[in-house]
Amino acid sequence: MKLKLKVWRQEDAQDKGGFQNYDVDGIDGDMSFLEMMDVLNNNLVNEGIDPVEFDHDCREGICGSCSLQINGEPHGPDRRITTCQLHMRKFKDGDEIVIEPFRATAFPVIKDLVIDRSAFDRIQHAGGYISVNTSGNTQDANSIPIEKQDADDSFYAATCIGCGACVAACKNASAMLFTSAKVSQFALLPQGEVEAHERVINMVNQMDAEGFGNCTNTGACYVECPKGISLENIARLNREYLSASVFS
Amino acid sequence: MAGISKTSIARKVAMALSGLFLVLFLAQHFTINFTSVVSPSTFNEISHFMGTNFVVQAILQPILIAGVVFHFVMGFILDIRNRKARSVSYAKFNGGANAPWVSRNMIISGIVVLAFLGLHFYDFWIPELIHKYVETHPDDPFRYYDETVAKFAGDPIRTGLYAFAFVFLMLHLLHGFGSSFQTMGVNNKYSGAINIFTKAFAIVIPMGFVFIAIFHYFNNL
Repeated sequence: MKLKLKVWRQEDAQDKGGFQNYDVDGIDGDMSFLEMMDVLNNNLVNEGIDPVEFDHDCREGICGSCSLQINGEPHGPDRRITTCQLHMRKFKDGDEIVIEPFRATAFPVIKDLVIDRSAFDRIQHAGGYISVNTSGNTQDANSIPIEKQDADDSFYAATCIGCGACVAACKNASAMLFTSAKVSQFALLPQGEVEAHERVINMVNQMDAEGFGNCTNTGACYVECPKGISLENIARLNREYLSASVFS
Repeated sequence: MAGISKTSIARKVAMALSGLFLVLFLAQHFTINFTSVVSPSTFNEISHFMGTNFVVQAILQPILIAGVVFHFVMGFILDIRNRKARSVSYAKFNGGANAPWVSRNMIISGIVVLAFLGLHFYDFWIPELIHKYVETHPDDPFRYYDETVAKFAGDPIRTGLYAFAFVFLMLHLLHGFGSSFQTMGVNNKYSGAINIFTKAFAIVIPMGFVFIAIFHYFNNL
């Protein structure tokens, strides 16, 4: 398969950046998108050109490192996958593929396709934890009965890998799906009740401080989320926030 | 509760509440207008009551105007903030792949409805104020039906503009009405029924207004 790539190149955060066109040949349909990027970079290195910087780590859909806006969609045209799980069979010989970094004011470009997603870390630091006494007589978490549905919902919320596709897909660059998942995974469990009010207020305040947009319930985040984090979490975040604002 | 009014969620909740208030007003307005189709005398009776009752005029009307102004101003504020959240746009953004047009373009449908409100005020509200407070005519409880019908009789452009605006109101409500429940934190076993109700409301009420305008146009050819 031969492809025409239109790739965003940017030297550093201060550089204005722009698109560069590259042709790649010999792409197999069974390759992952990142392997196609590896082929491109091998070609560029052989030609004495700086390779394209892009984030990647586990390459099995777990770590959330690989980002990339591919032909106008986060992680490309497929659903419930990350970029490393996108296969080249989704494209046809001769296709032009536009590859950009995730765009959000809160996700500044570091170089080429690599973005700074530490805004998510700071939201987590603001309240995405429970304080547990680890003095040696800590109660075993399994000794606290939890309803099956709550346990399941909490687990599904916790499957968020923080990739940022929700922000990238949202026309407002809103981080509500991410924040709601991180709030929900604790809000549904008794272990999370102690700091519930403080947690949601601090995390929402941090989310706003980072410069993410407002949620307008388009649902694009859910559609593009590789883990299918549900919009119910956003409604739960809204409830938790309103409750915390009134009662704390 | 310090600082709540400055957060994104608080602004969205305020937007949702003002929207739900306007939806209630819309239902009431439609009910009254529909009587003009079935019973001109009932329409005159209700319109006279609404136009002369102290509570309606001195309390409810200012609250309504405040609700309308707040909804539009907050809509523009949220839109500006949302645009700032993506300072560099995508070269290629396939928004239609993951969200419907109506949900992505609330500002466009809202601006059309706002422009329509200007026409609607020019047609009815401003003449009513002039009639009551500038020209100081004697009280006439039978004038409302004739005044309303006269706006559409023999005027296909005005009738068409009203129909066009109500199509955009329908698009605005198709997303906005249901979305307001999600913003208020409602997403549970009743959400399916709420979704059906809000979608039905979003279609029936604006199309009902279109029917009323067209009815009076053709009824007076």
